[in-house]
Amino acid sequence: MQKRFISLWFRYLLADWQLIRRPELKDVPFVFAAPDHGRNMITAISPLAQSQGIEVGMRTADAQAICPGLELLDDKPGRAKKLLKGLAEWCIRFSPIVMVDEFAMDGLFFDASGCTHLWGGEEEYLREIVSRLNGKGYNVRLAMADTPGAAWAISRFGTRTPLIKPGEHAEAILSLPPEALRTEETTLLKLRKLGFHQIKSFIGMPRSVLRRRFGEAFLARMGQALGTVDELIIPIQVPIPFQQRLPCLEPIKTRKGIEIAITRLLESICLQLKNEGKGLRSAILTCYRIDGKIVQVDIGTNGATHSVSHLFKLFQLKIDQIRPALGIELFMLDAPKVDEVAPGQESLWTGKPGMNDQSVIQLLDRVAGKVGNGVINRYIPASHFWPERSIRQTNSITETAATEWRTDKPRPTELLKKPDPIEVMALIPDHPPKFFIYKNIRHLVVKADGPERIEREWWLDEGEHRDYYQVEDEQGQRYWLYRSGHYDGGQKYKWFIHGFFA
Amino acid sequence: MNATKELIDKLREDILIWQGFKPPGAGSAQPIGLGAIESAFPNGVFPKKAIHEFITLAPEHSAATDGFIGGLLSILMENEAACVWVSTSRKLFPGSLCLFNVDPERIIFIDVSSEKDVLWIMEEALKCPGLAAVVAELNEVSLIESRRLQLAVEQSGITGFILRKDARKSVSTVATARWKITPVASEMEDKMPGVGFPRWNIELLKVRNGNPGSWTLEWAGDEFVEVETVRKSTALFNGEQRQIG
Repeated sequence: MQKRFISLWFRYLLADWQLIRRPELKDVPFVFAAPDHGRNMITAISPLAQSQGIEVGMRTADAQAICPGLELLDDKPGRAKKLLKGLAEWCIRFSPIVMVDEFAMDGLFFDASGCTHLWGGEEEYLREIVSRLNGKGYNVRLAMADTPGAAWAISRFGTRTPLIKPGEHAEAILSLPPEALRTEETTLLKLRKLGFHQIKSFIGMPRSVLRRRFGEAFLARMGQALGTVDELIIPIQVPIPFQQRLPCLEPIKTRKGIEIAITRLLESICLQLKNEGKGLRSAILTCYRIDGKIVQVDIGTNGATHSVSHLFKLFQLKIDQIRPALGIELFMLDAPKVDEVAPGQESLWTGKPGMNDQSVIQLLDRVAGKVGNGVINRYIPASHFWPERSIRQTNSITETAATEWRTDKPRPTELLKKPDPIEVMALIPDHPPKFFIYKNIRHLVVKADGPERIEREWWLDEGEHRDYYQVEDEQGQRYWLYRSGHYDGGQKYKWFIHGFFA
Repeated sequence: MNATKELIDKLREDILIWQGFKPPGAGSAQPIGLGAIESAFPNGVFPKKAIHEFITLAPEHSAATDGFIGGLLSILMENEAACVWVSTSRKLFPGSLCLFNVDPERIIFIDVSSEKDVLWIMEEALKCPGLAAVVAELNEVSLIESRRLQLAVEQSGITGFILRKDARKSVSTVATARWKITPVASEMEDKMPGVGFPRWNIELLKVRNGNPGSWTLEWAGDEFVEVETVRKSTALFNGEQRQIG
């Protein structure tokens, strides 16, 4: 496909930004200044200041001499980059691949290949970008060409049309000055000294000659403008293969409207996924509001799925979190995580199919979406005798046990998370208690089994072993008690209750 | 005499049909293994498409209730079916369910922090046709909430169990049956020392269109066995014969 690039130049990036924030500065010439080698140097200027003859790179003292009413504002390093990043994210509406112009730090690049027809043509596309950005208060110039380098050159130095037709970019830059090639200052001085005031005067020279005099970097820049050298594209957001967008004619404010938008997006993304035999594992819905804010909600599924109704139910739980404020103008649905879908076989008899049933997985998705993923637990046996460690928690729905559940030893139906200390009267050496007091109630032990000694796993933690007894009191209630440690001279031994039997 | 009984049986059946109880079709009425207790329910069949409410007062009783439900689940969860267990403060030890023939791996435990979430999850789970049963540990459930649950159950045919651990607040619900399970002294064969199979006193406090009653059951390893109450009473006085194994 024919590649098309747009270079966007914010002529007064910082000044425009300041004017949006502080409209009262409209009639005042102002500049941004930052200290550099002990002097205050101007880093950015407003259009009004420019008309007074002030330029970037002047000392503030000189500038104030030229224009006495000049307003000085502090510039922070990195502010322009931050602003550009924000603008680049906003501009993703025009093209999925947007990058910041790292050379001059005052513009953006779009890879507009295959985007323009959505706006009805390249001219309309450019007009829309300019009018939207002007509407926000930014003064921009832009150009569209086959290479980012040529687009950059035309946007800054072009005098005729911003729209360079496919294949005409080399011709279009011929009459531009050498600065248009994004050359370094030192190279530029050399070029001027030699009398090269236009690109056409040196572009036909042998490469070896140019390399010897101006270096490899200059040749690379020239190649990038002509399209013989590829430019490294670092998009501000890596485009996601499964993405759907829905621009709205009118801003959406109602729940019903959002629901319709989600359904539309899901229908198209699910069709795309289905055709490729894939299913969605997570999805992010991004809503661009007309006040410039971005609202995001995300969902996750326990198994790959491309069922619209199920995914819609998951989003339905999250609609409350979307605040439309004045309205949403653009919906975008990304599927950052997809998996292969095993085509399920239709079953002839629908009995009670168990864990892998779609409806169960969908139920768990809904629960995870509403309450959180951490609440769903399954337990599988672990090969430990120590009761607390004899089960292992798993979040996976499919994980099966490597070992069998042990049923040879009695285990209580209810296990206390932390054993409760009890008072006990018991005969030594290893008799079960005669009675025990738990929560101030005296239980007389009528029947008992035990002891079952469980040693502590010394490689995991330290402490005493436990001697467990299963006892039944005079009311028929069954308990699991244990003595921690031996009956031994000065040593401490203690009795605990650890569970209840059915 | 016989004719009168037949007539009364016929009238009873008619009343049940008018109240929405359909007579079980041939082959669909499988026993749940509760023996005589099943006859307390309308048409003599344990209602699977229903909400069962269990009330407990002491932690020992809730363990007994868990055990009894485990026994019911072992039948309900045949054919590899799954079950959801929702709770805010679960004490059930999953490994112990093996003793009641339930595969703990097929139970999905959902431990949430609020009762509201428990109710929501229970209702959603009761609508999910892939499950066999849903157990929820709930303290407060209002009439309207229980009605919603009942509607969900009627659509999907899943058995719902509500465990109310704080039964002092007695509220009216539309549960089909209200149970109270309390442990009673176990007994070994031939008066051998030691703790025997779990044995419970099962009180059916309320059954819709059925007959409440009280029974003593024992989980004999892999099934419920009814115990004659005469033996129970003698078992109470075996204290002095206690031997330590």
